Amino acid sequence: MGDNYQVTREKLDVLKEVGNIGAGNAATSLASLLGLRVDIAVPRAAFLPMEETINDMGGMEEPVACVQLEVEGDIKGLVIYLFDQDSSFRLVDMLLGQPAGTTTELGDMESSVLSEAGNILTGAFLSAISSMTRMDLKLSVPLLAFDMLGAVLASALLEGGYAEDQVLTIKTEFAQGGSRIGSRFILVMDPESLEKIVNRLMV
Amino acid sequence: MIQKSLAVNDKFQQWHVGIGDYKVASAPDTLITLGLGSCVGVSLYDPLRKVAGLLHVMLPESTAFNKVTNPAKYADTGLPLLVKALEEAGALRRRLEAKLVGGAQMFSGNRNSMLNIGERNVTMVRHLLQQLGIGIKAQEVGGNVGRTMIVDTATGIVIVRILGNKTKEI
Repeated sequence: MGDNYQVTREKLDVLKEVGNIGAGNAATSLASLLGLRVDIAVPRAAFLPMEETINDMGGMEEPVACVQLEVEGDIKGLVIYLFDQDSSFRLVDMLLGQPAGTTTELGDMESSVLSEAGNILTGAFLSAISSMTRMDLKLSVPLLAFDMLGAVLASALLEGGYAEDQVLTIKTEFAQGGSRIGSRFILVMDPESLEKIVNRLMV
Repeated sequence: MIQKSLAVNDKFQQWHVGIGDYKVASAPDTLITLGLGSCVGVSLYDPLRKVAGLLHVMLPESTAFNKVTNPAKYADTGLPLLVKALEEAGALRRRLEAKLVGGAQMFSGNRNSMLNIGERNVTMVRHLLQQLGIGIKAQEVGGNVGRTMIVDTATGIVIVRILGNKTKEI
C-alpha cells in the first residue's frame, strides 16, 4: 500500500476477507440500530487506485457524504466511509423513522445523525477486525463532510498523512425494506500496520 | 507537450487534468480539473500567446518522501514542470499570470493529528511563484468547499464551480 510495500496475492486475500467480515458486522449493527431486518449484498473488496474508486462511485464531482475516523492502538490507520447522496438521505430517513424522501439536504441534525451512523458502522467494522486479530483498536471522533467525491476523498487521505496510490476499498450495499444504501468502506494503514494484521491472520 | 486541438471548425477541445497531473493547451481549447479539496489547481497563462497550463497539486513538498514516482503531485516539483512545458509551447515566463483555486479544509472539527494540507499547499505555491517571478492575478482558495476549475485559454478567465452547479469567474 505504501511506496515500499508489495501486497502479495495471498496477503491481499486475507485483507479482503477482513474487509468482508467487517462489512457484515456493520450490517448487523445497522439492523440493531434500526430494530429492523437489514440485508447485505456480498461485499466486494479490492485494492484500487483512488481514481478507480472515484470513477466507480460516479466521478470526481459526485456529491457524497463522507465520514472519516482515525484508528489508533495496535495499528495506525484511517477508516473512510462514503455514501452517495441519495443513500445518505435514505439512511437519515431510516434512522429518524421518517418516510423515505423526507430528507433532501443535510442540516445540522441530519449531519450529526450521519456522523453517528458512520461512527457506529465503522465501529462495528473495526470490532470485527479487532476480534479476529485480537488487537486493541481505538477510534477517534468521526468527522463528516458533504461535498464533491474527489475533494473529500483526496483531502481525507492527504490530511491523514496518506499519500497512497492504492487503497483497500470495500463496496457494501445494505437494504432495508425497499430502500438501498450504497456505500464504501475505505481502509488505509501504514505498511507496518498492514503487515501486523496479515501476520496475525496468516499463522 | 502542448495539446493540439483535434477539433474542427469553431468547436474546441476540453482537456482533463487528473489528480497530480498537468497539461498545457492553447486557444480556443479549455483545461479542466475536477473536485479540488485540499488540493490546489494552479493555472499559468500567457495572454499574448494565448497558451495556458494547469497543474493539480496534491502536496506541498516532494522532499518529505523517499521515492517520488510522480513529480506533478507536489508543488515544489510540479510547478517547474508546468513552467517548462509552457515555455516549450512558446510562452514567456515574465508574461505568465497565475490563478489559484482550492486549498480547502474539507472536514470541520479538526483533530490535532490532522495536517492542514490545503493551507500548506497554498502557502507553498505562493512561495514558489514568487521565486519564479510569476504574479498571482486571482485566487479562490481556503474555506471548506470542493471546487472544479476550468481555464479558458482564449481569455485566461477561470471558472470555479462548486456543488449545486454554482459558478464564479475569476
